[in-house]
Amino acid sequence: MFEQSISTLAQKLRDKEVSSVELTRLFLDRIKTIDPQLNSFITVSDELALQQAKAADTLLANGNATSLTGIPIAHKDLFCTQGTLTTCGSNILNNFIPPYESTVTSRFQQAGAVMLGKTNMDEFAMGSSNENSFYGAVKNPWDLNKVPGGSSGGSAAAVSAGLAVAATGTDTGGSIRQPASFCGITGLKPTYGRVSRFGMIAYASSLDQGGPMAKSAEDCAHLMQAMGGFDDKDSTSSETPNDDYLTNLNAPLTGLTIGLPKEYFGEGLDSKVADTINTAVKEFEKLGATIKDVSLPNLQLSIPAYYVIAPSEASSNLSRFDGVRFGHRCENPKDLMDMYTRSRAEGFGREVQKRIMVGTYALSEGYYDAYYLKAQKIRRLIKEDFVNALKEVDVIMGPVAPTTAFGLGSKTSDPVAMYLEDIYTLSVNLAGIPAMSVPAGFVDGMPVGLQIMGDYFAEAKLLNIAHQYQQHTDWHLQTPDLAKGAQA
Amino acid sequence: MNWEVVIGLEIHTQLSTKSKLFSGAAVGFGAEPNTQTTLVDLGMPGALPVFNKEALRMAVMFGHAINAEIGMTSVFARKNYFYPDLPKGYQTSQMDHPIVGKGYLDVTLEDGTTSRVGITRAHLEEDAGKSLHEDFHGMTGIDLNRSSTPLLEIVSEPDIRSAKEAVAYVKMIHSIVTYLGICDGNMAEGSMRCDINLSLRPKGQQEYGTRTEIKNVNSFRFIEKAIYTEIERQADILEDGGRIIQETRLYDPEKNETRSMRSKEDANDYRYFPCPDLLPIVLTQEYVDDIKATLPELPSQKAARFQSEYSLSEYDAHVLSSSRAMAEYFENAQSVVKDAKLTANWAMGELSKLLNQEQIDIDQSPVNAIAFGELLVRIKDNTINGKTAKDVLQAMWQGEGSADDIIEAKGLKQVTDTGAIEAMIQGILDANTAQVEQFRAADEDKQKKMIGFFVGQVMKASQGKANPGMVNPILAKMLKG
Amino acid sequence: MSIDKQDVQKIAHLARLALTEEDADQYQHSLSSVLSLVEQMQSVNTDGVEPLSNPLEMTQRLREDKVTEENRRDAFLANAPKTDAGLFLVPQVIE
Repeated sequence: MFEQSISTLAQKLRDKEVSSVELTRLFLDRIKTIDPQLNSFITVSDELALQQAKAADTLLANGNATSLTGIPIAHKDLFCTQGTLTTCGSNILNNFIPPYESTVTSRFQQAGAVMLGKTNMDEFAMGSSNENSFYGAVKNPWDLNKVPGGSSGGSAAAVSAGLAVAATGTDTGGSIRQPASFCGITGLKPTYGRVSRFGMIAYASSLDQGGPMAKSAEDCAHLMQAMGGFDDKDSTSSETPNDDYLTNLNAPLTGLTIGLPKEYFGEGLDSKVADTINTAVKEFEKLGATIKDVSLPNLQLSIPAYYVIAPSEASSNLSRFDGVRFGHRCENPKDLMDMYTRSRAEGFGREVQKRIMVGTYALSEGYYDAYYLKAQKIRRLIKEDFVNALKEVDVIMGPVAPTTAFGLGSKTSDPVAMYLEDIYTLSVNLAGIPAMSVPAGFVDGMPVGLQIMGDYFAEAKLLNIAHQYQQHTDWHLQTPDLAKGAQA
Repeated sequence: MNWEVVIGLEIHTQLSTKSKLFSGAAVGFGAEPNTQTTLVDLGMPGALPVFNKEALRMAVMFGHAINAEIGMTSVFARKNYFYPDLPKGYQTSQMDHPIVGKGYLDVTLEDGTTSRVGITRAHLEEDAGKSLHEDFHGMTGIDLNRSSTPLLEIVSEPDIRSAKEAVAYVKMIHSIVTYLGICDGNMAEGSMRCDINLSLRPKGQQEYGTRTEIKNVNSFRFIEKAIYTEIERQADILEDGGRIIQETRLYDPEKNETRSMRSKEDANDYRYFPCPDLLPIVLTQEYVDDIKATLPELPSQKAARFQSEYSLSEYDAHVLSSSRAMAEYFENAQSVVKDAKLTANWAMGELSKLLNQEQIDIDQSPVNAIAFGELLVRIKDNTINGKTAKDVLQAMWQGEGSADDIIEAKGLKQVTDTGAIEAMIQGILDANTAQVEQFRAADEDKQKKMIGFFVGQVMKASQGKANPGMVNPILAKMLKG
Repeated sequence: MSIDKQDVQKIAHLARLALTEEDADQYQHSLSSVLSLVEQMQSVNTDGVEPLSNPLEMTQRLREDKVTEENRRDAFLANAPKTDAGLFLVPQVIE
């Protein structure tokens, strides 16, 4: 049951083959037995989940159900959830219970989905391995000695291990796609402005975007139906109408042109990963697509530009965590300055403090032009690269990450090396375009994700392409042994 | 040494919108602490700002009123610093691209001269909350009701050269924003606050001296006094061969001195950058033109109209138009009596005297404009004379009724019957024969001085009710014999 | 590009982070390596390129001037470390 798609489960719920309460219990039980090995949840909201499940069963009985009604999902712990602890993976929010609901989670509530709990993540979404969580690292369900990726590592591991039907994630520099790739699930980072950021705890406001993480493109499409669309509470939310992501899933791919940027296949890419991606691309040729070489000449620059822009915005966004109105305050502050500096030093982990300081430096007097302004100009060059390439092709494909999931603790000593791993994902956030990670094979038993990047607001097209691929391959149907171990 | 003072002002004007600059919380003074706040004003995690349409319209109105370039693309920036009443750790303001660009105002001083004060810019920003230092177990209390209230910060060029000019400029800004209806102008409640940048330089020197900034002065009187005391302080230091330290100072009205604000000593690096949660505000020419076309009459335009339409002097027109309430009062009273000069004299004279005595504004006057006009009608039609009118106004002020009621009740109607006046004069002449003879013997110059005595006697005998305009010629004729 | 320990303490002060001597040593090292990474940007000519701050280059939407929120003080104060009489309390601020 835990492996089934949203469409199948929705049908079963409607047919009364299973109730939402039963389904919810099943997942809560799986979390209880399996998650101690993974640590993918920070909070499991059993009581609320069962309450919501009961309500969903009533809706189902009355025939007022959407395809998400009664479906148990999990939310990344940076979406504020009214009455449920929201930590953002940080000690500074270890006691924070928001009196308000994020737009994304509230839309899932309205659709009747059940919230199982809040998933683990790199603190404030800063990281690519989920080792930066105050609540402990998350393990990869395919190999408990490996990282699940980050920052949405908890969501990826939970979906991969069948602890939730689907989950939400957020992606600032690859935080949905890279963990999706490492854990063998499907993830979509929508166009910037497609999904409301209201109630999403900000890391880098001009890059952050929420999106779905699920077992298939079709499931992602179901999630996008609910979470996408304009929100008047977010000034950066786009008024472009939300697409219907389901109707075109089955459109054939004949005539599709796929661009392969040579910069995505150069030095640093693991050769077995490269082979896997090339095999996947051949599959698309079989489905009627034509392949073209394209170039994204400024790709290399996305790393420095990102590591200026994101920390700069973060340094300002994280100033509100000051121990005054919510969150951690140090014991017995001797004065105001002491309260600020100790509350923040105790509340934030090392990586977060480091990025705050990088951003503070980059914005400070005398450095602004050389760092922040320069990075914003490079950002335009990167955007133009994509715009130009997408004039010639419909979508761009490449790897999500240069390697498969790496060993826990293997890169913590050299964070800059870890930053370099984000090379294939960062540029997408800088440009603001949508991109997906789709399971495309395995290297030494670890999943590999294919990245599909498209034009602004082309989410429906990306989902269609990924869905067609998944109709002809079964990589997305593979489940780790750990998931099968428990009752099905 | 002969010092020249150089002053530039930053005026924070609270825009009178219903809701806050970036949230749907109510704006208002005096509410219970933290009851007018939302997650946006409290800087809660995940909160996002959405910009208030009305604040934009008000800023553009002001831009037109000071002859300024309107920023067709303006950008919100974050000014980053930590302070407990600044919940997000940054203030959302405007830096490189303000909504209002360069403009100017022609300021009329008390002596009637005018000077032009350049306005560098005016930008939109959010206000901070309030820190309450009363004792809360040795701690400071934070009230964020004011957080995210819309402000328009109006920054002048260092064009001001005296305390009087500074006050005249602030009064003019005050009158413009209240005319436009974009600020209630209530300085006591902090709706308008002024930062004074002040430096001295030897007369004739080109470059500026080191300046200090006096923060948050909130009355016209304090602005004037703060400037005088700061000039004195700086001059003393400079004359002793000392140097001015560039710093932020606070004016203490009780001690009438400025003192250094040590808590802000910590040189700040505000790390401005464009706010990524807000997008550039882009205006169309049509939007800007529409606002210009519907702008209400401004104080300077009103003053010009008062001169041409009512033939008032430049000074009278300026005084009467300086506040919207006064101008309306004047025009309403004038429409009753149809005598602008008479209305102007009484409004600026007796009425203003009473308002000053009670320290109230014209819109709180117990005598409304129409009732005031009706009183003036009785002066104009000779029912009462000026002296009596003052008593009637006083009685009206005390709430004793309309001018006519009071005149009737107290029997104050002026004597205008020629026969009655003649009889009264005859009585006076008969009772003062010696003075009459002296008068008749005197030369013309002396007679002019002596006639006052007889006028006084007549007025006394009539209990002030004799019409002086009639008494004078009749008396002159009868004295000649 | 490298920075010294004094720079680190200055940045930490601006960012209101308490650092021990040992922390400062570590951050001096790690911040310097990030700054060297970022230094690559200087090799690119960006003359005449307009900075991009919003990927969609949208313009600001305007909200009607309406009071849409009600008073929820108690719900908000519930998360605060220290409160009294409806106020957030902090160590004494000296003006």
